Amino acid sequence: MRNLNRLTAQAMVDAFSSGKMTSVQATEAALDRIAQVDGAVHAFLHVDAEGALEAAEAVDKDRAAGKSLPLLAGVPVAVKDVLVTKGLPTTAGSRILEGWMPPYDATVVERLKAARMPIIGKTNMDEFAMGSSTEHSGYGPTHNPWDLDRIPGGSGGGSAASLAAFEVPLAIGSDTGGSIRQPAAVTGTVGVKPTYGAVSRYGVIALASSLDQVGPCARTVHDAALLHEVIAGHDPRDATSLPEAVPPVVTAANRGRQDGLEGVRVGVIKELTGEGFQSGVRQRFEEAIHQLSSLGAKVTEVSCPSFAYALAAYYLILPSEASSNLAKYDSVRFGLRVDDGGTIERVMGATRAAGFGDEVKRRIILGTYALSAGYYDAYYGSAQKVRTLIQRDFGEAFGAVDVLVSPTCPTTAFRLGEQVDDPLTMYLNDIATIPANLAGIPGMSLPIGLAPEDGLPVGLQILAPARVDDRLYRVGAALEGALVDVWAGTLLTQAPPLEGVPV
Amino acid sequence: MSATTDSYEEVLERFDPVFGIEVHVELNTQTKLFCGCANGFGAEPNTQVCPVCLGLPGSLPVTNAKAVESAIRLGLALGCSIRESSRFARKNYFYPDLAKDYQISQYDEPTCYDGAIDVILGDGTTVTIGIERAHIEEDAGKNTHVGGTGGIQGADYSLVDYNRGGVPLVEIVTKPVTGMGLRTAEVARAYVATIRDIVKALGISDGRMEQGSLRADVNLSLRPQAGPGGDQNEIPFGKRSETKNVNSLRAIEKAIHFEVARQGALLSAGKAVTQETRHWHEDTNSTTPGRSKEEADDYRYFPEPDLMPVEPTEEWIEELRATLPEHPGVIRARLQAEWGFADLEMRDVVAADAVGIIEDTVAAGASPQAARKWWMGELARIANETGTDLADLPVTPEDVAELQDLVASGALNDKLARQALAGTLAGEGSPRAVAEARGLAIVSDGAALESAVDAALASQPDVLAKIQDGKVQAAGAIVGAVMKATGGQADAALVRAIILRRAGVEG
Repeated sequence: MRNLNRLTAQAMVDAFSSGKMTSVQATEAALDRIAQVDGAVHAFLHVDAEGALEAAEAVDKDRAAGKSLPLLAGVPVAVKDVLVTKGLPTTAGSRILEGWMPPYDATVVERLKAARMPIIGKTNMDEFAMGSSTEHSGYGPTHNPWDLDRIPGGSGGGSAASLAAFEVPLAIGSDTGGSIRQPAAVTGTVGVKPTYGAVSRYGVIALASSLDQVGPCARTVHDAALLHEVIAGHDPRDATSLPEAVPPVVTAANRGRQDGLEGVRVGVIKELTGEGFQSGVRQRFEEAIHQLSSLGAKVTEVSCPSFAYALAAYYLILPSEASSNLAKYDSVRFGLRVDDGGTIERVMGATRAAGFGDEVKRRIILGTYALSAGYYDAYYGSAQKVRTLIQRDFGEAFGAVDVLVSPTCPTTAFRLGEQVDDPLTMYLNDIATIPANLAGIPGMSLPIGLAPEDGLPVGLQILAPARVDDRLYRVGAALEGALVDVWAGTLLTQAPPLEGVPV
Repeated sequence: MSATTDSYEEVLERFDPVFGIEVHVELNTQTKLFCGCANGFGAEPNTQVCPVCLGLPGSLPVTNAKAVESAIRLGLALGCSIRESSRFARKNYFYPDLAKDYQISQYDEPTCYDGAIDVILGDGTTVTIGIERAHIEEDAGKNTHVGGTGGIQGADYSLVDYNRGGVPLVEIVTKPVTGMGLRTAEVARAYVATIRDIVKALGISDGRMEQGSLRADVNLSLRPQAGPGGDQNEIPFGKRSETKNVNSLRAIEKAIHFEVARQGALLSAGKAVTQETRHWHEDTNSTTPGRSKEEADDYRYFPEPDLMPVEPTEEWIEELRATLPEHPGVIRARLQAEWGFADLEMRDVVAADAVGIIEDTVAAGASPQAARKWWMGELARIANETGTDLADLPVTPEDVAELQDLVASGALNDKLARQALAGTLAGEGSPRAVAEARGLAIVSDGAALESAVDAALASQPDVLAKIQDGKVQAAGAIVGAVMKATGGQADAALVRAIILRRAGVEG
């Protein structure tokens, strides 16, 4: 077979079962591609060629022996470095964890292994998932495969870029305020933040515990659904894990692609269009709305007035939880230790001063302040009230429509360095994605075209009520199908070649 | 010591003492509060640990339902209401023994709140102590400072053992206790003893203060007496000290004595009491200041987002209520009847905190009166001399029962038994083992005793004459001489019979 790197996960599954390709070939193709282009993209912090090939060989052997295998057995996958991997370095993009070797696997990683998927490596990210560009990685930024001078989004820029650069067909991300969806939007890929609690957080290095959620990243909606079904489901090691069965997301994706959206009520969030959104983003979004209508959906406008306070509430809740979650990086049990021979307080202070980057320190300071006696009610307390109001807005909206849509982010990928010294502007990239995290509902971003003014990908966000993640896949797959028909191929086929290397 | 006692009494003529006690009870669940690691005392350092209780990146806590059950049963035994929904919170502070650098505890939503417990004093008076709350929290690890004096100051380095990290605790906080006057220290002690008896009766903790499975902090403040016609309730509380780690019943009493005297002296001299944490020193029976509460740590509490609230159903609570044991006071009344102790005897036993010990001794086979005789006699004397509580003496109820068995079977007399007990207390083994090792046994070999009697009579001919004159009690001198000659091991009754036979007198 040729162009192995362009294959979707589903196409690989088909090729494995028809005997046209082996898992070792797929894995070697991924490793070769990484060797060729990752010097320019820097999607990976660590590549585990040996482990991935070993897993692939075992799958090929079992397949040859006629053993029954899980559906995605042999399909290579990349894992965001925020998930701990036994025996593989895990840093969460921070220097403070440089060289740390976790003694255990995250539940999601265990499930990938149980699904017999070769883990290619760990992808780059903003330090502790704080950022929208991967420029806050302690190990240097990831570059957007569409334009290497531009950001791939964040915090999961590595996972998104690894897909857009055709290094791997599937990747795992985590989304606290948009870290799966915004990178998907700016790289022309698909990313899903499932319902809070749908995927185990055990072994996911915590940023903000009440907002963090792991999800699938892929090049197509259908592929994302396949990965979703591997990683989702109850985990007794996570007290916030949902007990119920995983909704049938693959079936929903197939149904959307085949049957369209007749009778589906789609609400356009009034507060997340118009002012502040790039004109090309608005244009592609309006076209996508027309597509939804022509697929049979009934489109109306819906107002969510409390969203105006979402960003402010988010930047109180997230730093508050993060300031506590990041306290454990104190040099005592693991990771970096800067020891000047002084007291434990001084060693802790020196280690944290040296190991954390500026954005992490900024948020720890914000959160420490927001939780302080005398300020708690005004900051953390008020933010929690806003959270309740946002949940109420969603509740009312979902009384009238089945899904909500908006552009995933206000702009296409900006240039590296453009916003790194302007945190408030950087924070605005997540204005459309944050409400879903505050409410715990699922969201998806999928590509809807290129902005005419810069030729860069634009993403559309779909939101559904909690626990009905399947609805995202039905609507997403229907829209994707219509657009791919128009484009005569996925949006990524329009991406420029990397390093002069054809895929 | 007597100066302190005097000033305790003097001070309390002018001041109303207000105290509160926080008791930490280590639950004896199989596993820790938030992970599956074993909950046990005494294992090799850092062998009962996992990613969760080591706070490794990515790990998450899951609440141990058994610990919640124990806490609710304790709350019910303390007459508390049980919250329909209680959230855990994070208490944030940096310390090496705190793996996550925050402690998961309950803050504004304790599972158990607003209770009361009757405490029975030595003279039978009952005092009701209000319970503010009983909440669930995890324990921290244990720091060991190596080098220097063993304290953190001047140590060469410190070691941390996380085996205890994440062990489930219930912290019981009293409401302020006022108006106890001179009985303040006694009430405080009796309260902690009652809590210990309750947790043992519930079977949720071994309640051993010396091992730290029950730990107490004592808050104390003084306020002026209202005086004649005044309303004591109108007078605000004074600044309080919080004395940490007062880890024996005796120390509770002493710490209150010390703090009353210390604060009284300050106030009498027109000085202010500083609101502060103080440390109790067992060796000097005194407290010294720790960190000042004026510059209080800000723990930045917020609801623990990794855990769901504790939400026990009404049915479950009622099921647990049905498993509650009797109140220690009821148990005492029942035991007194079973044992046939007089009121005065029972009062002494309660005051010496020996009810449970005697119960265990009886269970091990001793008669109630014999158990009381040993614990309230010889052992109480030794405890008093060495300044320890009966429970902390290195002798078990089983040892005492064995000792009594040796006496009852005639193998040892009282004197030899006391020697055997001394051996046990010195760590030489059980009384039987000590008796064997030291060769303690009553000599009842007739020939040996006859020659010893003959020798004694020969050296004291005047005594023989007195006995023959009918002054039979004079034989005691000869018995004494024989006992001395045999190292106290002679069978005294047999010796007496031989003496009388030699003197030609019938006993």
